[in-house]
Parts: sequence; structure tokens; C-alpha cells
Amino acid sequence: MIIEALIAVTFLAALVVFVAPDEYAGRLAAALSALPVLGSLWMWAQYDASGNALLGGSIAFETDFVWLTLGSLDLHWFVGVDGISLPLVVLTTILSTLAIISAWTPISERQSQFYGLMLFMEANLLGVFTALDFFAWFVFWEAVLVPMYFLIGVWGGPNRRYAAIKFFVYTNVASLVMFIGFIALVFGLGDSVSSMRLPEIAQALRAGELAGFAGLNAGMLKTVAFVAMFLGFAVKVPVAPLHTWLPDAHVEAPTPVSVMLAGVLLKMGTYALLRFNFTMMPDVATALVVPIAGIAVISVIYGALLALAQQDLKRIVAYSSVSSMGYVILGLVAYTTYGVGGATFQMIAHGLISGLMFMAVGVIYNTTHTRMVGDMSGIADRMPVTAGIFVAGAFGYMGLPLMAGFAGEFFIFKGSFASTVHSGMPLFTAAAMFGIVIVAGYLLFAMQRTLFGPFSFDGDYEITTAPMQDVAPLAVLLLLVIVLGVAPDLFFGMIQDAVNPILTGGGL
Amino acid sequence: MSVLLQTAEATTPMWSALAPAIVLALTGLVLLGIDTVWSDDPNNTVLAGTAAGGSLLAFGITAWFLVAGTGQPQTGGAISLYGESLVVDGMSLFFTLITTIVTAMVAVAAYDYLDGHEHRAEFYSMVLFAATGMATMATANSLATAFVSLELASLPSYALVAYLRKNRGSVEAGLKYLLIGSVSSAVFVFGISLIYAASGSLIFADVASALGSGVSEMTGVVGLGVLMIVGGMAFKTASVPFHFWAPEAYEGAPAPISAFLSSASKAAGFALAFRVFVEAFPLGAIPAGVDWVLAFQVLAVVTMTLGNFAAATQENVKRMLAYSSIGHAGYALIGLAALTAGGPNGDVLGASMAHLLVYGFMNTGAFLFIALVEHWGVGRTFEDYNGLASAAPVAAVAMTVFMFSLAGLPPFGGFLSKYALFYSAIESGFWWLAAVGAVNSALSLFYYSRVVKAMWIEEPSGTFEIQSRPVGLYAAVLFAGLGTLLLLPAFGPVIETAQTVAAALF
Repeated sequence: MIIEALIAVTFLAALVVFVAPDEYAGRLAAALSALPVLGSLWMWAQYDASGNALLGGSIAFETDFVWLTLGSLDLHWFVGVDGISLPLVVLTTILSTLAIISAWTPISERQSQFYGLMLFMEANLLGVFTALDFFAWFVFWEAVLVPMYFLIGVWGGPNRRYAAIKFFVYTNVASLVMFIGFIALVFGLGDSVSSMRLPEIAQALRAGELAGFAGLNAGMLKTVAFVAMFLGFAVKVPVAPLHTWLPDAHVEAPTPVSVMLAGVLLKMGTYALLRFNFTMMPDVATALVVPIAGIAVISVIYGALLALAQQDLKRIVAYSSVSSMGYVILGLVAYTTYGVGGATFQMIAHGLISGLMFMAVGVIYNTTHTRMVGDMSGIADRMPVTAGIFVAGAFGYMGLPLMAGFAGEFFIFKGSFASTVHSGMPLFTAAAMFGIVIVAGYLLFAMQRTLFGPFSFDGDYEITTAPMQDVAPLAVLLLLVIVLGVAPDLFFGMIQDAVNPILTGGGL
Repeated sequence: MSVLLQTAEATTPMWSALAPAIVLALTGLVLLGIDTVWSDDPNNTVLAGTAAGGSLLAFGITAWFLVAGTGQPQTGGAISLYGESLVVDGMSLFFTLITTIVTAMVAVAAYDYLDGHEHRAEFYSMVLFAATGMATMATANSLATAFVSLELASLPSYALVAYLRKNRGSVEAGLKYLLIGSVSSAVFVFGISLIYAASGSLIFADVASALGSGVSEMTGVVGLGVLMIVGGMAFKTASVPFHFWAPEAYEGAPAPISAFLSSASKAAGFALAFRVFVEAFPLGAIPAGVDWVLAFQVLAVVTMTLGNFAAATQENVKRMLAYSSIGHAGYALIGLAALTAGGPNGDVLGASMAHLLVYGFMNTGAFLFIALVEHWGVGRTFEDYNGLASAAPVAAVAMTVFMFSLAGLPPFGGFLSKYALFYSAIESGFWWLAAVGAVNSALSLFYYSRVVKAMWIEEPSGTFEIQSRPVGLYAAVLFAGLGTLLLLPAFGPVIETAQTVAAALF
């Protein structure tokens, strides 16, 4: 029942904050959001399950009962976590609290509504990562979009309306495509499944129970559904060339919303790819390894090149997310314990590091009111602590050893280099590795021009050290990045345990 | 408890099964009585309280009957009354449930909306009489009672649409509604006469057995009659081809009446349509050339597509909702369009009924929000709604819930009811019908989200002068919003009841 309690407490907190007066809405939201943090850490400490939740492993904190019966398929309320979802739950709660604290300085209008929506989004995100019934999962998945749409559309920058609508339309159309693909699969399974529970469907698919549907034979149906679902999730990840909503959304979104968007929302896409496409249909995934790995490498290189061409600090970080998510896809398609496990670990690592980077850019913006690389230099002179954390975070992004980014990328490269799904995997891996060089290039270049050198600033604002409430979340994030880099096994053990069943057995 | 119920059933006369309709009619009469004995203009609170109380009482009785199993197989099957011209069964109770709860919400909302208007007693009593007609439509078991109850529901509606008699829009809307209503009534009654000529009966079951025993030389007459009855149904449900009164009537009418017509009246039209086509023209019995399922497939696709595309081009929120209401009639028509001889018909029809119940909450709520906005004197276009959320956040949250639910977005009741509808269509083998519905539903998000965007994201063009927080309107809107939300987790019993009572028809 801890999962229901976690989601319910967060929903209630959202409700309370929504009607609270503006003066202390931010404080109240931060205090209330500490409850799910404690809950998720308790879950992590008590975690005792093993194996993959979808493939017959034991499920921690499981609840399962029939929600409603419709035709021959029951819809269940079915939640629980395994080694893949628990780290994401912990990431969601911690990052939400930090994002809420980082909003204290920049958000000054309609505060209670802002913090209420942040908590509402957190509650739905927790649902996405814990639901194990397709229907319950889909309800949460879609419900995340609604607060995000408002958070960008109401509190965003000058072009916020366009960015909010673009985000909403892109992700909704993607959801529809994915939904149709999945439902076609369920109909193709016919009587061999009696509910929408993901474990049941995953095991039936891997056991080859699929029959034809709507004029397609089983093989075609599986491929079509795989492609539909891949496209649906790829928009969320995002993967080039479906990434164009991301820079708009990030640039217009206020900093705390960018943190949630890059840190957690993008992981919904990769999490769903892992849970659905790569767990349920490994045979199709390995058959399509060349296009998928190709897309991954293109995302890595193209995203990094786009980042290189930007002047806006936030756009640089936004495009570099496209690049980092490319590594995740490459790790997933490798189908080795280090590849898939590393991809899952990279989701956590990138969540923390990109959150840190967006927050750092936000702290600088709070003081300078500009994010353009050319508008300032020598900021480190006036804001030494912020600049220091910024530099540390950037090195984390570049994959400096003993930081979480290094562990994630190293695992992925190790796994994909050794992959046997296709003889060209070492080549793809080698090509993707060049992405790191470009990342180092644009991050060092941007830092050199903005943070170092003689101080100069064109604006009318007084540049002073950032307030404690801005720096504290940055410091916490940096600490977490280093802890996970030094001791990746805090999560990597349970991740590997949950990933291994995907790589063996039927279908592959 | 069950012993008590059984003894109650054993001792109460058969006609007491019609209690919901009787309560509605009596409440209407009581309202007229109050108006007569009250020295001058009767107190609005008394009138609204009586109307809402009466419809809630009818709702309670209906819910009690439904739970107790009145007219359902477990208590001896459908209760047939007055020489089989009326029948009380699970389906009639289910639709009465929709009518009564919508009537209650409209009565509560009208309390504020009618502030300062004349002839309020007549307003409430006509709403109650129309509701009586709608409840009777759900129980009609012969073409004669079908026609009479349809007229009982329609005649007060014409007057109600034109209630704002000093407002040209309202009067024009009433006139158009009356004209098109008369034409379609004439078409409907002519269709009835043709069916009577071919089958020699007006009772649904007798019509079915007469058609089943062979009318080969009269097939053309039957076909024409069925087509004309389809026309009559299309008028009441605001479906193509008799839909074009709806945008005018809904836009011109007082907003609570728009809510009443687009939710309760539409549901009653579907109740009648479902029973007529399933009972009087069953798929196994009709002559081969009379393929009404095909007609409804065409109508469903055309209605939902036309409603959606027309809604997308509107600048006026109320008119957009009117077209969206046409689109939803198209979805509900799937209940008839996806029927097959021997298929899972109860599931399809039940899903359509469940959608109409959820629709009763979200659509009524949306129109009552319009009523609230009209009460404040804010304009009717999307632009007038700009920034409304900052002036009235709680009501704007409710409206957001209605819009997303109408669009079929997941965290709300409309998502599950649409899903159940499309799912059961696929189960019956009509996956293309479900696909058209799903695509339309996705497109509809465009115009629904415009309202949300205007309220929350756009900057207000002026300042709102909102002093009042009308209790009745707020209560009705929030009740509808709560219903829309709670119908997501509580959809299980609704869909199970609907599919059980629908299956009893086949």
C-alpha cells in the first residue's frame, strides 16, 4: 500500500497547495513534497524483490485488484516496482522537491497554482513508473501532459503559447499512435490474455501467442505495432528527427519546469521503450537493430552538433539532452547486461545531471536576466559557488570518472561494444563515442566565454552571489551525482538484476 | 432488506414502476399550483427547491429501482403496462437516471440564471414536464406512446428555447427549433403510419413478429417507414440529417436549457431509438432489403465527422459546444451502428448508454459553465474567455475538467466511456468504426483545448467585473465536475449495469 499512499499523499498535497495563499505556497509545497521523498527512500531501503516485474520476477510493494470488467479483458489497478522502476521513483521524488525549491526565486505570479501543478505532475509521474496495468499506466502517462502544458503555457517565456501547444500536440499524437499499436497487439493476442496487466501481455508475447488481426498476420502485426509504439515513445525521448518540440519547450519553460522536463519526463519515453518494446518484443527489436542503432547514433551526433551551434545556454543543455538520450537507445538495443543496465542507469544519471545543468543556468539567469553566451563573461568572478557547481556539472556531463555520467556512459559503451545482436555494433558504438568529444567541445567553449575571463556584463542588473535557496538544490544534486559516480551499485545492482531476464529466454 | 423489497414488490401495484415519471409530472403540477396560489411572483428559492427536490426524488427512486432489480431478469423481467404500450426495464431506468440527474442540475443552476426574469414558475414546470416526456420516451413500447412522449418532451422545449422573449436570438432559435421539430415530427408520424400499414400493429413486439412472418410484397413500404423513423430519431438526438436546428437552438436558448436539451433530451432520443430499432425491427426479423444498421453506420460516421469539423471552425464557445454535442451524438450512434445478428450486442449498446451517462455530466457541466459566464455578463467568444481563470479559478478548473473529458483525455470519465465504446465496436468486428471515432476524438482536442488555453494562458483583454459567486450555478457546475472526475474510478459499476440491462433487450 506504500505506493498508493505515496501517490495519494502527493495528490492531496497538490490540492492543498492549489488553494493555499500565494505567500507561503512555495514553502508549503517543498515541505509537503518531502513526504514522498521519505516514502521512496523507505521503499529503496526495504526493497527485497528480484527479477523483472514483467517477466515473472517478484514485485515489490505490489497491489492488484480488478478495476472494471469490459468484454473479455479486465482492467486492473495493478502497481508495484522492480529494479528498473524503483530508481526512477526515487529520482522523481528527489528531483521534484529540488525543482520546487529552485522555483522560489524565479516564480512570482500565481504561485499556489504553479506549485499545485508541480505536485500534481509529480503524483502522475509516480503513477507512470509504478503502474503495471496498461490502462492505469496510460491514464497516468496522459495525465502528466496536462500540468506540463499549463506550466509551460502560463509561466513560460515570451513565446510560451506556441511552445505549449507544440508540446501538447506532438506528445498527444504520439500517445495516440502508441495506443493504437498496443491495442492492436492486445487484440492480436486474443483469448491468450484475460487482462491488460503488462506481465501477462509481456509473457504471452514472448511465448509467441500472437495471432493476426485486422488483415495482418502475426509477424506483420508485431512489426507494425513495434514501429508504432517506438515512434510514439521516441517523440517523448526525444529521438532525432522527432525532437523539434524539445528546444522550444525548454527555452520557454521556466527553470524548475525544464528541470522536471529534462530530468524526469524524457525518462518516461526511455522507460516505456524498455518496458514495452524491448522487453515485450526482443525479436523485433533485434531484427530492426540497424535502423534503431542508426537513429541512436544520429541523435547522439546531430544533437551534439546542434548544441554546438547554439548561443542560448538553455538551448545548449536542451540539445545535449537529445544527444544523451541517443546513448540510452544505443544501450537498450545492444541487449547485453551492461548495455540495457547501463541505459537504465544513464536515465538516472542524466536525470540528475541535466537537472543540475538547467538549474545552474536558471540561477545565472535569475541574476543576469540573460542566457546568451555573448552577453556576459567572467561570471565566476561574482558568483563563484554557482560557477563552481556549473563547471562540476558540465564535467559530469562530459563523463568525468567518479561522476554518475561516466558510470552510465561507460556501462553503455562496454555493453554495446560487446553486443552480439549485429556485427556492426562496435562500429555504431565507436561512432557514438565521438559525441563525447563534441559535448566536451561545446560545454568548455560555453563555460570559457561566460564564466571565465575578465568580468563584463551589458545589462542593468547587479551581479551578486546567488541566494542560499538557489544554491542549495544545486549542491544537493552535485552531491548525488558524485555519490552515484563513486558507488553506482547503490542502484546498478538492482537494475542488473531486473534487466537480466530480458536478455534471456523466449523471443530472443 | 431483500425480504422487505420482495414484500414491497408483492404488495405495490404494477403502475408504481412508473414512479419516476409520475413524480416528475406531479412536481410540474405542484409548481403550477404554487404559481396559482402565491399572491404575486413566487419566491425563486421555493420554485427552484421544489423543481430540484422533485427531480432528485425521481432520481433516488430510479436508482433504488435499478439497484433492487425492478424490471430486470432477477425479479421476473420487464414490467409491461397498459396493454404493453409502456415497459419498465433496466434500460428505461438507466435512461431515466440520466434525465433526472440532468434535470436536477439544470433546476439548481436556473435558480441564479433566472434571477430577475418573469414567469419563473412556468419555466421550472415546463422543464419538469419535458423531463416527464423524456422519462416516458425511455419506457415507450409502442409507436403510439413513442410519438406522444416525444411530443410531450418537445413542446415544452420549444417554449423553453424561446424563454428569453425579449432577446431576438432566443426567439429566433425557438422558431427554428419549432419549425424543424414540426417537420421531423411529421416525417416520424408518417413513418409510423407506413409501418402500421405493413405490420398491422403499433406494439414493438407485434411489429417485430409481423415483419418476421414475412411482408415480402410490402418491403418497400417497411423500408420507407424505417427510414422516416430514423429521421425522427435524428431530430431528437441532433444527428445528421436533422441536426441543423441544434447550433441555432443551443446558442439562442438560455444556457441551462441548452444543457438540458443537449444532454437529457439527446439521451431520451437515444433511449427511444435503441428500443425501437432493437425491439420493433430486430436484425433477425426485418426483411433483407431494410438494412438500418448500414444507415446508422453512415449516419454515425457523417455525424461525428461533421460535428467535429464544424466545431473546429467556431469562434463562439456556446456554438462550438453545440457542434461538439452533434459530434457526440455520432459517437453514441455507434451503439446502433455496430449491432450484428448474434454479436456481442449488449456490450455495444451498453457502452453507448454508459457514454451517454458520462456525457450527461460533462456536457451539462460545460453548458452550465457557459450559463455562469453569461450570468457574469462576460461575452461568448473564445477571446472573451481570455484570462477568465485568474478571475474565477475554481470554476475554470471545473470547465477544464469538462473540456478534457469531452475530448476523451485520460484522467476523466469521458476517456473510459469512449474507450469502452470503441473497444466494444472492435469486439463486434467494426474496427473501422472505432478508428473513425478515435481519429475524430483526437481531432476534437484541438477545439476543446482552445477554451482551456483562453481561460488559463491568454492575457485578459480587459478587466472582469465579477462581483457575485452565484451559489446555485457554482453548486451545479462543481457537482457536474465531481461527477465527471469520479466516473473514472467508479466507471466499473456503471458499465457493468449498462451492459447487463442492454443485454436483456436482445
